[in-house]
Amino acid sequence: MRLAQRPVLAWSIAVAALLLVLLLAFTAGQYPLTPGAVLRALLAPSGLEAPMDEGATTVVWHIRLPRIAAGLVLGAVLGAAGAAYQNMFRNPLVSPDILGVSSGAGLGAALAIFLGLPLLMVQGLAFAGGLAAVTFVYLLAGAVRRHDPVLVLVLAGVAVGALLGAGISLLKILADPYTQLPSITFWLLGGLNAVAAGDLLAALPAMLLGLLPLALLRWRINLLSLGDEEAAALGVDVRRLRRLLITAATLATAAAVSLAGIIGWVGLVVPHMARLLVGPEFSRLLPASLLLGAGFLVATDTLARTVAAMELPLGIVTAIVGAPVFLFLLARAGQRP
Amino acid sequence: MRRRALLQLLALAPLAAATGRLRAQDGMAAHFGPVPPGDGVRRVFAAGPPAAVLACVLAPEKLLGWPMQMDRAARRLLPEPAASAAYLGRLTGRGSTIGLESLLALRPDLVLDAGSVDPTHLSGAERVWQQTGLPYVLLDGRLPDHPRQLREAGRLLGVPRRGADLAGLAERILDRVRSVVEAGGDEPPPRVYYARGPDGLETGLGGSINMEAIEFAGAGNVAARAGRGGLARVSMEQVLDWDPQVLLTQDPDFARRVRGHRLWRQVSAVRSGRVHVAPVMPFGWLDGPPGVNRLVGLPWLLARLYPGRDGALQESRLRGLAGDCFRHFYGHGMPAALWVGGTEA
Repeated sequence: MRLAQRPVLAWSIAVAALLLVLLLAFTAGQYPLTPGAVLRALLAPSGLEAPMDEGATTVVWHIRLPRIAAGLVLGAVLGAAGAAYQNMFRNPLVSPDILGVSSGAGLGAALAIFLGLPLLMVQGLAFAGGLAAVTFVYLLAGAVRRHDPVLVLVLAGVAVGALLGAGISLLKILADPYTQLPSITFWLLGGLNAVAAGDLLAALPAMLLGLLPLALLRWRINLLSLGDEEAAALGVDVRRLRRLLITAATLATAAAVSLAGIIGWVGLVVPHMARLLVGPEFSRLLPASLLLGAGFLVATDTLARTVAAMELPLGIVTAIVGAPVFLFLLARAGQRP
Repeated sequence: MRRRALLQLLALAPLAAATGRLRAQDGMAAHFGPVPPGDGVRRVFAAGPPAAVLACVLAPEKLLGWPMQMDRAARRLLPEPAASAAYLGRLTGRGSTIGLESLLALRPDLVLDAGSVDPTHLSGAERVWQQTGLPYVLLDGRLPDHPRQLREAGRLLGVPRRGADLAGLAERILDRVRSVVEAGGDEPPPRVYYARGPDGLETGLGGSINMEAIEFAGAGNVAARAGRGGLARVSMEQVLDWDPQVLLTQDPDFARRVRGHRLWRQVSAVRSGRVHVAPVMPFGWLDGPPGVNRLVGLPWLLARLYPGRDGALQESRLRGLAGDCFRHFYGHGMPAALWVGGTEA
């Protein structure tokens, strides 16, 4: 009865859910458009339909499409990075920000807003901050040789994350409460409403470059979940593989976070949903996480922009949706003999 | 003997607290502890930015320091000694950035706070007074109350004449705004979007303190359609749907960017060149902080919102009014670049 044993059904469910989410995402929005108008606007450039009012074309092609594309790509990246990390750290509670990438990006963005830098610099400093934080954690953990390296990495990540969090809080205290503080707060809560097509294209190479090793090394990543010694006995250079994976996942996550701010829960919940669907084997878990992550983020972003008259921060929506799903999965797993 | 005095004092404490509470009910000002009368207040600590601006325009020599970071460009436009006063931190309950010990060490005669007074603020002020014994006054009031606020603060700071003068000036500006708005008659108000944040997609909802000056000037805040409240994020889709006629911002970098931006370029305000960068020197002209500093910005706002209404002389008259206000408030002539530079990015 378990879905993991019926792969065709499992994949059909995942793909159908994604298509349904996409349909809803295109037709829902604050700009009043009927589904028919959305369809006509989508078909307009092909010449099949007569060109119609410019407003609809702009909204569909230049606002909804880039935003949905951003949701797809970022959700896929966060889901895949989460799956890779949970496998590598052999811990189901791990998410891509465990090594401090989000806190580092948050500090970079907060600093840029505090200094009054333009948007491009906010994104740039967020990206650089995320990379720098993880590099620092990795070097720090490398300097400690007496314990389990995975444990040391996680602990170093938690400590550095707390330190960076303190830095963010300090900037919030010092920031102008009327102009800078709201911007910093909104950035830290995440959102796709400011992502333009150009931003997405600029960040795409970093994200693809990060996802590529995960796909190419999917078999070896499986072996990591056995434990360091077992993996080494099977001929895996554990240290090198781990370094490569951390670099790849960090590159992709930092690029995602620099565009959209901090979005929690995707990287934590999505791999669990994927495991339920296709089982723990990484060569299947990775594509399932990509697919479900994309669907999850597009769905939550659609909620974020339609539930209220104003935009709800995406980080709040992913938590509200993600936490109950996570608890449900936990309860289900508990029932199984 | 001394012990008895101490006991008497302790017995009186609840009474004192009660009077503090009683006086807190009195109109737009909440007092905790007796304020030295006449010229007795020589050192005033401003609890937050609106109070600091108030004290700075009325009695810059009495302001102990700034509750917010002030950059050099802003300081150049301020009267001494306030211009070179140090950053001290603000006093807002849990979010305070100055400790009570440092506050006591400054030996202020009065702690002055201004802005919206709610039960959280009141109880925070009461606690500071109970712990330090420093008299604490909160002046309530939004934009239309600024004349009363200036008069009241002038009296408290021992400069009643100056308080009355500035209150008269504030009255003149507010009356001018009312008359220009009324002159519009049944004409629909201009639809305005106030772009904040690095990407311009942060704005104030209807009734938000950040939109007070804009809404008081009779403009229609397009984001009011998304509801009432404070600051919020909106989406580009909404901005296109609202299609504002005027775009206001405090960020010149953002104003430059919208003109080349595929989406922003489709907004009426950008197409017709009605993108205006509000000056922020020495304090925000539209908001930030929401204090008497906005009075200087009101004539500027009228000139941007209603070009051509009220005769050809309007712009120069409004500019004169802003210049008067600037000179009386800050003791400097208004730099020409501020008014003009705020027109276009």
